[in-house]
Amino acid sequence: MLQVLIKYITMFVVLVLMQVLVFNQVQFSGYVNPFIYILFILLLPLSTPHYLLLFLGFFIGLTIDAFSNSLGIHAAATVFIAFIRPFVIRSISNREEDRSEYPGLKQNKFSWFLYYTFIMVFIHHFILFYLEFFTFSHFFTTFLRVILSSVFSIFVIVLSQFLIFRE
Amino acid sequence: MRSLVRYLLKNHAFVLFVLLETLALVMVFNYNSFQKAKYLNSSSRLTGNVYNMFHSVTGYFGLAGVNEELAGENARLRTLLENHGGKIAGVDTMFVFAGETNTVFRFVPAMVISNSVNRPSNYITLNKGSKDGIKPDQGIISPKGIVGVVAQVSESYSMGLSLLNRRWSVSAKLQKSGYYGSLIWQENDYRYAGLTEIPLHVEIAKGDTVVTSGYSSIFPEGILVGTISNFSRPDGDNYYSIEVELAVDFKSLSYVEIIENQDKQEINELKNMLRDAPGID
Repeated sequence: MLQVLIKYITMFVVLVLMQVLVFNQVQFSGYVNPFIYILFILLLPLSTPHYLLLFLGFFIGLTIDAFSNSLGIHAAATVFIAFIRPFVIRSISNREEDRSEYPGLKQNKFSWFLYYTFIMVFIHHFILFYLEFFTFSHFFTTFLRVILSSVFSIFVIVLSQFLIFRE
Repeated sequence: MRSLVRYLLKNHAFVLFVLLETLALVMVFNYNSFQKAKYLNSSSRLTGNVYNMFHSVTGYFGLAGVNEELAGENARLRTLLENHGGKIAGVDTMFVFAGETNTVFRFVPAMVISNSVNRPSNYITLNKGSKDGIKPDQGIISPKGIVGVVAQVSESYSMGLSLLNRRWSVSAKLQKSGYYGSLIWQENDYRYAGLTEIPLHVEIAKGDTVVTSGYSSIFPEGILVGTISNFSRPDGDNYYSIEVELAVDFKSLSYVEIIENQDKQEINELKNMLRDAPGID
């Protein structure tokens, strides 16, 4: 139990630091802003109670907000994906096969993980960017940002599964 | 009553979701009233320390450029000093008298430990805080020109709104003609901002210099903002639409100075007195 706790706390700290120190500085023509810290919410065990999922989502969102001075914006997006996570997992999984307790790449098929990551990342980025710009006047520019940033985030998240979170 | 409790328990996740989401959105839309949320911004001790530690490592990579910029600034200041025959009051902080108005400004050097240029609202974090005399609403400048304004201060760090922030605009004037307007960032490119409220009868040209107006107590008069890179006369409008190329390269900010206006309290007291005085609209 303690071991699991330490593992997830380490993951939380590492992902937050990676996000604010490295990925927040990434800027290709101003359109690509990857947000990889939501990997923390993606990788929590399936048996995590729904209320805990929501609290953790709120907490990691607020932490990122504190670092990037965007009070509430990340929190709103992460709480939303934390809320829909169980429904997303249920809807993209086959009823017949046994679900693994962990939604990582190693425990699941590549296509399943990619699909799962795609839905969660896209919804998160969509809420985040439209809240941040808070205008629909540049609807398509913002949408382009959502798409490009999502693609980059998904790429990094899948890559990180091959490199680091293998155990 | 009991069925209500049972309903809430059964749907506790949904109720919690609505609560947390509402809390987050209230924070987003009441941003200004949450300015006082001291611990939830990059000037707090934890976030400041993280940025400071990281910067103490990565800061070395840009040193060549920083040195060049500081050496250039030194040479420029020495020229000014020799030509004025003035005296330097201190090494760390310097007192200057800005023009005819006897406003005294005090400059405190600071290092940028975190900075962004690609969000719709960009902020900078500095490694000086209340123990160095930094207070909210003090101006931030770099050797090349105006950078932003301090918004939040903790003991040893401060967070400021950069010029690249739609929540803030600054009063700027054309150096040649003296006409002034507001400088507002257009949210898409960190090199350009827009200058509004310059009437159509003023003659302007590409390359004209834009400086701070000195009408606010934040910045002294005549600090460089940028040069006019493009302008047009929108149909049916009395004002130019002017694009200003900013003098400061916000992507490579390193050392900045925070300006304290020592007469600010007096100015603000006067303003309040005028506002509260009876019979004046």
